[in-house]
Amino acid sequence: MRADRQEQELKFTRRALLLSGAGALGFTILGARLYALQVLDSERYRLLSEDNQFNFQLTPPSRGRILDRFGVPIADNRDSYRILLTPEGTSDIDTSLDLLGRHMTISQGRRDLIHRRARQNRSFQPITVANDLDWQTFSTVNLYAPDIPGITPDVEEVRNYPYGEAFAHVVGYVQTPNEDDIANDHPDAERLLRQPGFRVGKNGVEIAREHDLRGAAGALKTEVDAAGRIIREIPDQSVDPSQGMDVVLTLDADIQRFASERLGDESASAVVIDVNTGELIALVSNPSFDPNLFVRGISSADYARYRDNDHRPLYHKSIQGTYPPGSTFKAVVAAAALEAGIIEPSESVRCTGSTRLGNRDFHCWRREGHGRVDLHEALKTSCDIYFYEIAERLGIDRINEMAARFGIGEEFDIGIAGVARGLNPSPAWLMANRNQPWTTGRTYNTGIGQGFTLASPLQLAVMTARVASGRAVQPTLFRNAMTPPAQHMGLSDDTMARVREGLRAVVHEQGGTSFSLGGLGIEGVEMAGKTGTAQVYSITAEEREQGVREQEDLPWRLRDHGLFMCYAPADNPKYACVVVVEHGGGSSAATRPARDILRRTVARDPSSRPGVFASLAPSTTRGGI
Amino acid sequence: MAVFRETVPRDLPGKMMEINWSLVLLLGLLGVAGVAMLYSLAGAEWNPWAVRHALRLGVGFTGMLIVAMFPPRFWIGVAYPIYFGALLLLVLVEFAGVSINGAQRWIDLGPLRLQPSEVMKVALVLALARFYHDLPTEKVTSLSGLIPPMMIIGAPAALIIGQPDLGTTLLLIATGLAVIFMAGLSWWFILIVGVLGLMGVVGIAVVGLENILAEYQMDRVRAFTNPDFDPLGINYHPNQAVITLGSGGMTGKGYLEGTQSKLGFLPEMQTDYIFTALGEEFGFVGGISVLAINALIMAQGVGVAVSCKSPFLRLLTMGLITTYALYVFINIGMVSRLMPVVGVPLPLISYGGTVVLSILVAFGLILGAHIHRNAEPPRGVGLFG
Repeated sequence: MRADRQEQELKFTRRALLLSGAGALGFTILGARLYALQVLDSERYRLLSEDNQFNFQLTPPSRGRILDRFGVPIADNRDSYRILLTPEGTSDIDTSLDLLGRHMTISQGRRDLIHRRARQNRSFQPITVANDLDWQTFSTVNLYAPDIPGITPDVEEVRNYPYGEAFAHVVGYVQTPNEDDIANDHPDAERLLRQPGFRVGKNGVEIAREHDLRGAAGALKTEVDAAGRIIREIPDQSVDPSQGMDVVLTLDADIQRFASERLGDESASAVVIDVNTGELIALVSNPSFDPNLFVRGISSADYARYRDNDHRPLYHKSIQGTYPPGSTFKAVVAAAALEAGIIEPSESVRCTGSTRLGNRDFHCWRREGHGRVDLHEALKTSCDIYFYEIAERLGIDRINEMAARFGIGEEFDIGIAGVARGLNPSPAWLMANRNQPWTTGRTYNTGIGQGFTLASPLQLAVMTARVASGRAVQPTLFRNAMTPPAQHMGLSDDTMARVREGLRAVVHEQGGTSFSLGGLGIEGVEMAGKTGTAQVYSITAEEREQGVREQEDLPWRLRDHGLFMCYAPADNPKYACVVVVEHGGGSSAATRPARDILRRTVARDPSSRPGVFASLAPSTTRGGI
Repeated sequence: MAVFRETVPRDLPGKMMEINWSLVLLLGLLGVAGVAMLYSLAGAEWNPWAVRHALRLGVGFTGMLIVAMFPPRFWIGVAYPIYFGALLLLVLVEFAGVSINGAQRWIDLGPLRLQPSEVMKVALVLALARFYHDLPTEKVTSLSGLIPPMMIIGAPAALIIGQPDLGTTLLLIATGLAVIFMAGLSWWFILIVGVLGLMGVVGIAVVGLENILAEYQMDRVRAFTNPDFDPLGINYHPNQAVITLGSGGMTGKGYLEGTQSKLGFLPEMQTDYIFTALGEEFGFVGGISVLAINALIMAQGVGVAVSCKSPFLRLLTMGLITTYALYVFINIGMVSRLMPVVGVPLPLISYGGTVVLSILVAFGLILGAHIHRNAEPPRGVGLFG
C-alpha cells in the first residue's frame, strides 16, 4: 500500500516535471520572440512607430513676387480670408451654419456642398465654408467665431496682380496645377503641387520663371494619432520653407499701365524699348484679360467672353502677332541702299504717282505723285516710287540681308514663350514654300514693307532701336544688375545719320507724314518716327464704284493695320516706341498713341533713375547715355 | 523511532503562518504592474481603469486569502455542485446572455456581469480533481478513468464553443487534458489520443479549416499566416501590436512615454494588448521581467502540487497552474504574433473584473493547497460528501 502510494507520487512528480518542462520551453520561446522583436528588430519597429506618431505637413513656400524695374510689385501675394468648418468640432453642422449665417450669407448650395464634404472627409479635416471674404465680414465672423462650434477663421495666401489687365500677357497667371503639370514637374514636387490651394505659373513670366518664383516647401513635424488628427506641432524639428525668389523685370509699371490705358479698346499692341540696352520698358497687348480671374479658376462664362471676343484678348499680340511692317520698313531699305552705295543721298527719283513694271502699274500711296524726291524727302513723305526704285537697284538679296541685320525674321529670346519669328522673305524661301520664282515686282513690294515680310511689334521695336542707336540691341525682359549697351551694328555713321535725319523730318518738317502730330510735346526734345500701313484687303474697282472709298466704309476686320515707330530724343536716342493698331484703318490710328507713350517714357526717363538694384548695389546705378 | 509528524494547521493563525507569502508577493507585483500600466494608458489618469483595477485587486486578494483558509474536504464537497452550477450558467447565457463582439459571453446580474466561462475554468479543474481523488488508483489507467472526465470536459466545451469562443474552449480542453495526464493516464491512451489527434489534423486538412471555423475565426487564421492580408482591417491590430512591442527596444520609451499606446494605434489597449504597452514603455527588460515573474509563479505552483499529499490537491493545483500558464502563453504569444488572435487577457495585468477574480480564486485554492498540503481527506465519500 505504502509502496503503491509512493509509486503514485513519483509518477505525479515525473509528469509534473514533464509539464513544467513543456511550460519552460513555451516561456523560452516567448522570451526569444521578445528578444527578436525588441532587441534584434527594434530599430525597424521604432521607425515604424515614428511613422505612426509623426507626420510631416508640407508648408508651402510664399511665391516670389514679380517686380517692375523700380521694385513696384506687378504680381504679389495677398491674404485671403476664409471661414473653415471642422465637423468634429460641432455636434450639428446645420446649427453652426445657422449661427454663422447671422453674420454672413451661406447659400443652400454651399450648405449641401459642406454636408457632402463632411460625409466624405474625416471629421477633423476642415471644410471651406467661404472664400475671399471682405475684411468687414471676416472681422465680424472673427469676433463671433469662438462662440460658434467648429468654425475657424483662417488666412490663406493668394496670388494677386495689382495692375490687373495691364501686365496680363507678359506676367501670365497662376492656377491650380492639372495632372499634366504634375506629370511634367519634378517627381519630388508632387506632394507640394497636390497641396490644396497651391498654384503654379500657367503663362508668361509666371511659368517661365516658375522655378525661381516657387521656392521650396518646408515641413512641419506634427504628432498625430491613429486617425491622423494632429495632437501637437513640433516647430523645432520642422524645416521652414525657402520662399520663392523675386523676379525683376525691365518693364516700368507706370509706362506699361499708361500704354495699356492709352491704347484703350483697340486691338493693338505697344512696345517701348531702351534703344541702347534693349531693355523692354513696356510690352502691351490690348484688349487684355484680368489674370486675377484665372487664379481662383475662371468661370466658363468669363472665359467664353474672352475666347469669343474678335479682338482676341487672350492673344499676346506684341510678341505673337505678326504684321507686314509697311512703310516703317523703308528705314531698313534706305540704310541698305546707302550702305550698298547704289544711290547718292542727293540723287533724286521722279515720282508721278505710279511706275510701270512689265505690264503692271505700281502706285505711290500719293496718287498725284511727289515730284522729284531724294532720300530725305522719300523718307519724310514715305514716297513709294523712290523705294521701288532703290529696291530694284538693291535686289532682294541685299534687302533681305539688311532686314536680317535689323532683326526681321529673328526669333528673339526674351525669356518667355510664344515669341514669333516673323518672316524675312528671300527667293529661296519663296521657292521652297510656294514653289514660285522671285520677281522684281515682289522686290518692289518688299521695298515698301508690303509683300511677304512679317514682323511682330517686338521685332519692329528692336528694328527701331537699332535704327536709333546703330547698336545690335537684343531685347530683354528680365533685369540684371547692369545691362551694358549693345555692340554697334557696323553700319557707317553717315548712313545712320541720314536715315535718322529722314525719320526726324517725318515729324518735324513740313510735309512729313506725321508733321500734324506737332512733335513729342516736350520742350527742346525732338522725336523721329515712321508711319506704316499694312494692307489687309484691297478695295476692288467694283467696290470703288459702289462708293466704298475709305477704310471707314469697310468692316472692321478688313481695315488696314496702322503702324507707327518712333524714338526720342531725335539727336540722342534713348527710347523707341512701336504701336500697331490692328484694323486701325491706317497709320494715323497708331501715331498719336505711340507719341503719347514715348513722351511719357522720355518725361520719366526710366533708365536715368535708380532702379530696384540701386538699393542692393549703388555702384550699378546707370546714368543716362 | 520518532517519526516527525507532518501536521495540518487547523486554526486561523496557524493557517496564516503557512501562507506562501512569496507567491502572494509575486502575484502582487503583477497587480502593481497592471495598475501602473492602466494609469499610464489613461494618460497618467487614475480614471477610468487604474483605480477600479486596484479596487478589484484589493477585493480579489482578500478573497484569495479567504479561499485559502478552507480545507480540502470543503472543496471536495462543493466541487461537483460548483461544476454543475457553472454548467447551468453556461446554458443560461445562451438565453439571457449579453452579446459582445458577436459572441454571447456575459450574464447581466445588475451590478455584476458574470462570465460563466471564467467560472467554468476553475470549476472544471475542481470537478476533475474530485473525480480522480475518488477514483481507486488501479482504475486510473482504465477506460472508466477516462470516459467520465472526457464528459466533464466535453459538456462545457460544447457550450462555450457555441457562444462562440474558441479561445476559451481550447483553454478548457487543454487544461482538462493536462489534469487527465497528471492523474496518471496510461501512455497507451496518450498514444491513441496522439494518433486520433493526427487523424483529426488530417481530417481538418481534408474538410478544410474554413468549413469548421466561423468566418471571423477563419479570417484571424488567414491574418496570422499572412501579415499583409487586409493590413488596414483584421491585420491592423496584430501588426500594430508588434510595432508597439518592437519599438520599445531594450529598455523601452520610458514610463508614461509610450506613443503607440497613447495615440490610439491599438484600441482596447487596456485589456488583451496591455502587454504591448508594457513592452513599449519598459522594453525587453520589462517584458522579460513579467515573463520571469510568471515563470516563478508557475514554479511555485508546481512546487505546491508536488508537495501535496492528496491526489485532489495535487491535481487541483496542477490544473489551475496549467490554466494560468496557458493564459500567459496565449496572451503574450498572440500580441507578439506567435499565434493567431485569440481573445485571452494577461492575468492580473489586463483590465477586466471576472478574469481578475477567477484567477485570484484559483490562486486562493493553490495557497489553500499549500496550507493543507499534508491533509489527507478521505476518498470516495460520495457525490456531495
